[in-house]
Amino acid sequence: MYPIYLDYAATTPVDPEVIKAMIPYFTTDFGNASSIHSYGRRARQAVDEARKIVAEFLGCESSEVIFTSGGTESDNLAIRGLIASYENTNNTTKVLKYESKKQNTKPHIITTQIEHHAVLNTVKNLEKSGMIEATYLKPNSDGIVSVRDIESAIKPNTVLVSVMYVNNEIGTVQPIREIGKLIEKENKSRVQESKSPKEKSSGLPDFRTRDSHIYFHTDAVQAAEYFDMNVQTLHVDLLTFTAHKIYGPKGIGVLYIKKGTPIKPEQTGGEHEYRKRAGTENVPGIVGIAKAVEIVRKSKSPKVQESESPDSSAGKNQSQNDILRLRNKLIEGILKTVKGSRLNGIRELRSPGNVNISVKNAEGEAILLNLDLQGIAASSGSACTSGALEPSHVLLAIGVPAEIAHGSIRFTLGRHTTETEINRVLEVFPGIVEKVRSISPFK
Amino acid sequence: MYSKKVMDHFQDPKNMGEMTDANGVGTVGNPKCGDVMRLFLRVKTRRVRSPKSEVQKEEEYIDDIKFQTLGCAAAIACSSATTEMVKGKTIEEALDLTNQDVVNELGELPPAKFHCSVLAEQAIKKAIEDYKSKKVKK
Repeated sequence: MYPIYLDYAATTPVDPEVIKAMIPYFTTDFGNASSIHSYGRRARQAVDEARKIVAEFLGCESSEVIFTSGGTESDNLAIRGLIASYENTNNTTKVLKYESKKQNTKPHIITTQIEHHAVLNTVKNLEKSGMIEATYLKPNSDGIVSVRDIESAIKPNTVLVSVMYVNNEIGTVQPIREIGKLIEKENKSRVQESKSPKEKSSGLPDFRTRDSHIYFHTDAVQAAEYFDMNVQTLHVDLLTFTAHKIYGPKGIGVLYIKKGTPIKPEQTGGEHEYRKRAGTENVPGIVGIAKAVEIVRKSKSPKVQESESPDSSAGKNQSQNDILRLRNKLIEGILKTVKGSRLNGIRELRSPGNVNISVKNAEGEAILLNLDLQGIAASSGSACTSGALEPSHVLLAIGVPAEIAHGSIRFTLGRHTTETEINRVLEVFPGIVEKVRSISPFK
Repeated sequence: MYSKKVMDHFQDPKNMGEMTDANGVGTVGNPKCGDVMRLFLRVKTRRVRSPKSEVQKEEEYIDDIKFQTLGCAAAIACSSATTEMVKGKTIEEALDLTNQDVVNELGELPPAKFHCSVLAEQAIKKAIEDYKSKKVKK
């Protein structure tokens, strides 16, 4: 018997339909999509069709879909690519010359303290190298970032806001649509401001309209399976997602780049992906992500697609409701049977698949290994699993005390999770916590 | 990730629990860092004959030892292994124990977990220190 898998937020098994769709592009239709012959044309056709499917999923144009190697690359391309575009056109210095009179000399990025490391470390790295100025917003204790905090963090030199859609550790859903609308409003007022005669007479460079534009990026890696991914309703300029969290293959992801968003490619090479991402197309991967997206689309009811508040359970399809029900059963069961346990992150605005529990006086890795010995695969925000000494940056950011954050366990449910599996976890989990606590000096 | 020996100690820790009649206790680590290790010692004195002469001398040795640990598998395994390594040893011998000895005993430890073996060495030193300071007070 296979161990019980409750780590779907880490990765998912590839859907057999996805594998079936991919296979020909390894074997018979293996051509390079850039080749002119029939092999190449077949590959190109597959890439074009896949791009169309992804574009429909996101509600955008095909030319706005860029295939990458995954979430981390998409995040890097969005953030570094945007910042590099200012350098490239030598506009930074100009903008900055102008802005320096006001207060700042560098482009400013607003992000949050609970981002995935692909975003957080990219912003930190740019900040450290002196290229940008950054604000890392703290969420509230529920794990939600406030739109008002973003509004008050905006400065004249703000060029990018990057906020994740669904948190990978605690599953909390951020108000992406509201943030997107806020930024749109802000951009409109900036355009008007720069058109005013007073500004013109001061001899300002006319690129200011473009360069003082604020772009909005969201890492939607954990959202793609359950939530509205329409870039129009979300009001985003840049959006990241990846295949392997939606039952597709590893090594393929997407960056949506809204037309007109300045992105300088990260790597030099051929003119692939509208000159945004050089490198021979990963044709089987591209076909795979499109198939995975198709399956997700089928599973989402129209209501979910249009839903104003994607977090509400209303409008989800049968399978999603099942996952939600099992998730709630697991949360309630653990909170009831394990003394000194707490749920991290708000329950209402939360991914249907995410359970993140902290237990007092028991260390996460010890619990995790015991679960593994009992045939249950989960994950932990404990320092000890990552090799770092600090516990999860997400738990610390939402105000979980370090000593409790060390005792955290994440179960993430998915399409194949069954009631029997959840019952099994509820059966063994309290005993495991007791066992680990019995070793501890704290009672 | 872990050697079989680490997993054995983790699953079936030796000398685990509290000791009510301990005459030396050492606690190291910090719950904020995720690791707390506490060792309880019962040190006794025995008369031994030195091998070179007929003269008998007294020596202090660890008659019993127990541990309580809040931490990861490596921290638990290091605690458990340490108790086995120093049980029955003189306090001088126990003071000579290094973290590398603990690592060697366990076969191997992931580099990120070396600090667990350091905690074990610190814990035994602190427990013996505690024993000595209590003795002086008497």
